[in-house]
Amino acid sequence: MGLEQFKNRNIGTQNYKMLDLEQVPTRNFDKFKQVVKRTFKGELFVGLWVTLRAMINALFRGEMHAVKYPFEKLPISPRYRAIHEMLRLLESGHYRCIGCGLCEKICIANCISMNTRYDENQRKEVSEYTINFGRCIFCGFCAEVCPELAIVHGSRYENASEQRASFSLFEDMLTPIDNLNLQQEYQGFGAVTPYADDHIKKTPLAY
Amino acid sequence: MSDEKTVENLITITIDGKEYKAKEGEYILNAARANNVFIPAICYLTRCSPTLACRLCLVEADGKQVYACNAKVKEGLDIVTQTPNILEERRAIMEVYDVNHPLQCGVCDKSGECELQNYTLEMGVDAQHYMITDTKRETANWSSVLHYDAALCIVCERCTTVCKDMIGDAALTTVKRGGADLDKAYKDTMPKDAYAMWNKLQKSVIAPSNGTGHTNCSDCGECIAVCPVGALTSRDFVYSSNAWELKRIPAVSAHSSDGFQIYYEVKPTSIEDRSEKIYRVTNEWNYVSLDGSARFAYDFENRDAKKDKEAFKKALDAFKKAKTIRFNSVITNEEALMLQTLKEKMGIKLYNPEVRAFQKFLSFYAKASGRSLYSADTDTILKKSDFVISVGLALRNDSPGLKYAFNNVQKLNKGAGLYFHPVGDTLIPTFGKSVECFTHKAGLEEAALYLILDLFADKEKLPEEVRAYIDSFKRMTKKTVKEKVMKEVVEITVDEETGESKEVKKKVPEEIEKEIEVEQNGLVELLGKESDAFADTFDKMTSKKETFSLMVGEDFYYHPKAENLAKLVALIEKTCHMNVVIAPPKSNALGVALICDLDDKAEGYTIGYNENGDFRISALGDGDLDMPALNQQEGTLTNMSKRVVPTNAALEYGGYELNDVIRELIGAPKETVEWTVKLPVSKGFKAVEFDTLPNEYKNDGSENRGYLLDIVMAETPMPKVEKFNEAEVLEGEIAYRCNPGRQFSDFTDKAHEIFEPFALYASRAKAESLGEKVEVVFENGSIVLDVIADDKILGDIVKVPDFKSAQNVYELFGDSRYQNVTIRKV
Repeated sequence: MGLEQFKNRNIGTQNYKMLDLEQVPTRNFDKFKQVVKRTFKGELFVGLWVTLRAMINALFRGEMHAVKYPFEKLPISPRYRAIHEMLRLLESGHYRCIGCGLCEKICIANCISMNTRYDENQRKEVSEYTINFGRCIFCGFCAEVCPELAIVHGSRYENASEQRASFSLFEDMLTPIDNLNLQQEYQGFGAVTPYADDHIKKTPLAY
Repeated sequence: MSDEKTVENLITITIDGKEYKAKEGEYILNAARANNVFIPAICYLTRCSPTLACRLCLVEADGKQVYACNAKVKEGLDIVTQTPNILEERRAIMEVYDVNHPLQCGVCDKSGECELQNYTLEMGVDAQHYMITDTKRETANWSSVLHYDAALCIVCERCTTVCKDMIGDAALTTVKRGGADLDKAYKDTMPKDAYAMWNKLQKSVIAPSNGTGHTNCSDCGECIAVCPVGALTSRDFVYSSNAWELKRIPAVSAHSSDGFQIYYEVKPTSIEDRSEKIYRVTNEWNYVSLDGSARFAYDFENRDAKKDKEAFKKALDAFKKAKTIRFNSVITNEEALMLQTLKEKMGIKLYNPEVRAFQKFLSFYAKASGRSLYSADTDTILKKSDFVISVGLALRNDSPGLKYAFNNVQKLNKGAGLYFHPVGDTLIPTFGKSVECFTHKAGLEEAALYLILDLFADKEKLPEEVRAYIDSFKRMTKKTVKEKVMKEVVEITVDEETGESKEVKKKVPEEIEKEIEVEQNGLVELLGKESDAFADTFDKMTSKKETFSLMVGEDFYYHPKAENLAKLVALIEKTCHMNVVIAPPKSNALGVALICDLDDKAEGYTIGYNENGDFRISALGDGDLDMPALNQQEGTLTNMSKRVVPTNAALEYGGYELNDVIRELIGAPKETVEWTVKLPVSKGFKAVEFDTLPNEYKNDGSENRGYLLDIVMAETPMPKVEKFNEAEVLEGEIAYRCNPGRQFSDFTDKAHEIFEPFALYASRAKAESLGEKVEVVFENGSIVLDVIADDKILGDIVKVPDFKSAQNVYELFGDSRYQNVTIRKV
């Protein structure tokens, strides 16, 4: 295709279509009439109808889009890295942490600290464990390096509290023993989001 | 003599095509290490005899496979460290070591410093071809400090080797563990050495050699240091920290006068308390072996000291009115110099009963010999001597370094040894077959030195009257001995075939009784041995011996005849071709003796530095003004090897230092270490800045720490020695001032891993006769002590420790280490 059509900037020779615009009122009375006409024509309700339709769908047809936070929360991705959790062994209920200290070593914010000791059963016992959440950057290396899948990132992203210390100790992070049946495995970095299948769309190859 | 540097015979060897220099007669492995060539080896320890347990050090020398730890270099030897066959062997060996080795590396105390892990990766073990049923192996606590996890043990025998060859306790051995038998098929399919190694490994495990499950050793913890895996650990350290969390601070052991190089390993105390704490002490175990005090007495710091201005002001007032400062040897050279400066500028007397006697002895010795300091050190004894003599030294208690040297000479140099001491010992005779122990009466130390002169002196050099005096002890006795003589017999035989008779000469052995004249040495008898028997054993002991060393110790310094003893030592050094080491009593005694002009008596208002006094400045935390302990300050110490070695602060200290006091009183530099450069050059020190002092061992094992003291030598005539008086021998109940193995001072006592109590130590028989608690009455006081039986003591002399300065044991004993006492049951 040649470019003549574009290079021709002579208006008179081109096939323009003129818009059928109303005459702009010039007299004051005409201007007043136009305002009244536009105000009461009902276009207001054209827009409001959209809202009303959504309201009706939400209230009566069960198609509510808003999430009633904090009573209701959206499921978060398993890859999400929130406050750490310490998991237990499902069989015995004993905590999984063996006190190897790898999380402490790998922590790039240097915020994990632990004390260990030789316990009565000749095992290494974690006598104290803490994460300084003022420094933690939630990089997830600790969960990545943990050989026992003991320290994981949980889904608790609401970090506001009177004291940070209230969720930084081992006992705070450990799965409560009576909630052992609810304990979730951490899927980790490569995990897919839940219902990922539902969100799959065909790759638009049509064009 | 050790002063002249012996020129080592260097030869040329080839390793993997490159030429290197090596010392003649050295093992290939050591030669390679000295030249920074890597040959893998697990079981070999540099200063011990080859164990040949791991077989990893297999190399090819002149085309023949040998073990590098066991084969010596010779001129032109061509060594190849890797051939396909050797690599196959090594890989198989590492695979075998990994068979059934627990995989809980995450909680192992070795935490990544594991030689098993390293070599497994080095040999590229990525698959396991061998397997066998595992046996359950239990953990055990062998002593108050040793923890053994048999499951982790790879039976490299480094612990048993170091305990036998270096420490001398021989408290560990390999025992059968009843493992399953190897599959016979492996014998044909496996590399040869790997199979042999596995066969042994599968059957054995380490256990205390006395069969009781408890080591009853000196608790030095050297076995912990050498363990390549996490099998042996200190009970206190088990699972308390990963190695990588610990910061290593090079320092000097603070208690014995050996001045070993150590590393304090520190990390924060706990999550709540972020101030640092020493978790353990480690060492360069290939080059230096620690004693129990160096390894376990580490937490003697003065914690939580604050700058108390009130106390500081009071201290200044106290110093201003003080007439005497009483201190001991647990201070740095710099502090000693500060005190000496104080003496010079303010006229305060320096009183140090621990060091004064040693200092006097050194000056007697220097005057008699013309040398400002003794000639030998532990290192030269370890490496060169093949005959060692110890007199006046409670070897097991006074000087662990010399004990190791004494023992190591027996084991490694095929040496021999004489041990003279009034307190009998069961351990020292076990050091070697050629160790003779004289358990003589207290007071006969001079006789022992005369005997040494008799046995070793170049009689030509010896002064006439000394020779005559020694000869006066000898007498000839007649003795009948049975002797085998070959007698010539002439026999007449008749040849059966020809009928000719022939005269045949034959030699037939015959026993005849013969009366011979035997020289009886009265000195030997005086010292409690049979003269004849000793003469025979002595001949065997001295055969093929070339380098002789003499160690003398604290008994000589606290002795009524100290001056004569010093002269005798000097005479021995001059006439016997013998290296002499005069063991400083404790810690930095040598430094203090060289730097300070000590006084004989304390008088007037006394300031006690870690000692009793009217005003006490103390690093023990119980004084009127806090001072930093030796693990909290920088500075130098002078060790037994005449080396000025730097030590560093492992822990924080918040209070005032001695330097602050001195600065207020007479002016001083800002930092304590600025005194280092001012140490008296006239006494052999060098004007070297603290920060430039090196502190390392090199790959070939040579020590590059600090600097050696200069020794001034002058020509002196032969020292005039006095005769000794047999009548001065102590009889009756005798107490000996001597500390239990790991105790040296209040600082060792403060450490939580040192358990030896302040008590009376006696042989088992004696302890049983004494009961549980006794009062020991001296001429000028008495002390009440619990009685503890020590199986390693023989005889009736009891040991009274002096490590608690508050008990003032030095004053009870006065100027002798042996005292007649009355012991009453309480």
